[in-house]
Amino acid sequence: MTLIEKYPQEVKQILARYPQDQKRSAVMPLLYLAQRENGFVHRRDMKDIGAMLDITETDVASLVGFYSLYHDEPAGRLRIQVCTDLSCALRGADDFLAALCESLGVEPGGTTPDGLVTVEPVMCLAACDKAPLFQVQTGAGLEYHERMTIEKTLEWIESRKEAAS
Amino acid sequence: MTHILLRHRDIPDLDKLAVYEKQGGFKALKKVVTGMRPEAVTQLVMDSGLRGRGGAGFPTGRKWMFVDKNNWPHYVVVNADESEPGTFKDREILESNPLQFLEGVAIAAFAVEAHTAYIYLRGEFWPIAAELDKRIAAMEKAGYLGKRVFGTDYTLKVHTHLGAGAYICGEETALLESLEGKRGQPRIRPPFPPVSGLYGKPTVVNNVETLTNLPPIINNGADWYKSLGTADTVGVKIFCLSGRVRKPGNYELPFGITFRELIYEHGGGIIDGVPIKAIMAAGASSALILADDQTLDTPLDYGSVHRLGAELGSASVIVLDETVRLDWLIDKTMTFFKHESCGKCTPCRDGSFWMKHLTERIRDGNGSAEDVKLLDSVARQMQGKCLCALGEFSTQAVVSSIEKFPGDFGIKRKVSAS
Ligand SMILES: Cc1cc2nc3c(=O)[nH]c(=O)nc-3n(C[C@H](O)[C@H](O)[C@H](O)COP(=O)(O)O)c2cc1C
Ligand code: SF4
Ligand code: FES
Repeated sequence: MTLIEKYPQEVKQILARYPQDQKRSAVMPLLYLAQRENGFVHRRDMKDIGAMLDITETDVASLVGFYSLYHDEPAGRLRIQVCTDLSCALRGADDFLAALCESLGVEPGGTTPDGLVTVEPVMCLAACDKAPLFQVQTGAGLEYHERMTIEKTLEWIESRKEAAS
Repeated sequence: MTHILLRHRDIPDLDKLAVYEKQGGFKALKKVVTGMRPEAVTQLVMDSGLRGRGGAGFPTGRKWMFVDKNNWPHYVVVNADESEPGTFKDREILESNPLQFLEGVAIAAFAVEAHTAYIYLRGEFWPIAAELDKRIAAMEKAGYLGKRVFGTDYTLKVHTHLGAGAYICGEETALLESLEGKRGQPRIRPPFPPVSGLYGKPTVVNNVETLTNLPPIINNGADWYKSLGTADTVGVKIFCLSGRVRKPGNYELPFGITFRELIYEHGGGIIDGVPIKAIMAAGASSALILADDQTLDTPLDYGSVHRLGAELGSASVIVLDETVRLDWLIDKTMTFFKHESCGKCTPCRDGSFWMKHLTERIRDGNGSAEDVKLLDSVARQMQGKCLCALGEFSTQAVVSSIEKFPGDFGIKRKVSAS
């Protein structure tokens, strides 16, 4: 199914936000739409978006490459992104990341063998007074978990696993 | 004190339309749309002395005056990209006092005769954008936005637009490229956005906090606003305090409070009472300031911080104490800048690559005195040669750390830092 077949209402709403002769502006929201279901943008959706906006598939792919919140391959269903940038690192974020990875038995950037959890360090998330913190990209959206401990994080992951099983 | 920007801290549920209305909400917008000429609004903002809160501190009214009246339509674009490490003020406004912000957007749009405004938010703010969309719809229903604002001929559509994880999109011309559906890379200037911005049309780009100042300025007048702050920098500011302090957070205070007041009175001092070492006043982009008594008693306004050899920027004050090693610190900042360099110009793309290579080696204890010298010279060679300010920002912590804290790099201090 093409994007427009799958989300006709949303595609229409997105296109309506920009001048008719500037459709290209819709590319970023459309990429988010394409990514909603599986957490990454499929090649055929890039083609589809290109066709809708009169730009090439290569143009669309280059945007997926440029912007770090678009992904072109699948990751764990819970993508845990720990801020290890300056202000958070000054409050223990590097140690938090290392301990979390050790508890889960993954390298930073890696995914657990059951394919459920990916842990990766990211740049500042504009919540620098609440370290250690991470955001989670799930299919359904984005959550913030602030002032975390390893225990709380592991408990939360367990509860997610139970909910998923 | 009562807040002007973070009013939600004094008034519960201020993000609800009925509460905001009851607290004098939309009075300023009504006054402007039903009773003032756009030029008069611009003049009032000019007279208030308000300067941009996104980092560059450009006078807001003056920026609006540059909007080309021979080229239409005009756009207002809000910079809600907030990605500078150490900055988290716009998030609080957007989450907790969104209606005052949106009222400010509408006032700015009316002043520059724009009928469309885009709010460009960093991608991670998408739950915030979803909430804003609902509030925009509610405001349209109530007649504050959309067709016939307050029953007049004035029409204003406001849209949110999400970025997707690129610090460079906070730079206003990269932001505009991104909003046009392209890679977020800065444009060569001039022309500046008020002459040729979004889709080549005159565009005002303003920061979230800047715009949130507008309703109180309209309501209380330019003289009232000018009575706050210092002669150098008028008004109030949200200081983002982070790092090695006991109570990190946002503090709305008039310009002119001292570093000491901010860090020790508001921030509760340093964790475990460790001595303070240095301050970065504008996030990861800052030059380090040696935190001696003279610094601590310096008032926080643009001019005073500049005279310390640094900038106040968006007032993202990161506090460093004696436990922080600066070879570690500059490797952190370089991790960020190497990752965020957009790659458009060679000095920044290659320079950040080499600097990161060297900072990593030095941090790990494998660097020689020659490496430190080389790092310093790579950074200095970049200065003044980059296409946008990001390249310049990336050199600030590196050069100032080596100069002011040579001991952290195994070098004896030659001259005492002034
Ligand atoms: C690399 C870089 C990043 C920036 N990031 C932001 C940002 O996240 N938010 C912001 O408002 N301004 C940011 N700015 C400043 C903008 O270019 C611009 O000056 C500002 O949005 C203008 O609004 P103001 O006059 O209201 O401050 C950044 C500038 C540079 C060079
Ligand atoms: S200075 Fe860096 S971020 Fe700015 S245009 Fe050049 S490469 Fe891009
Ligand atoms: S440095 Fe971690 S949220 Fe800003």
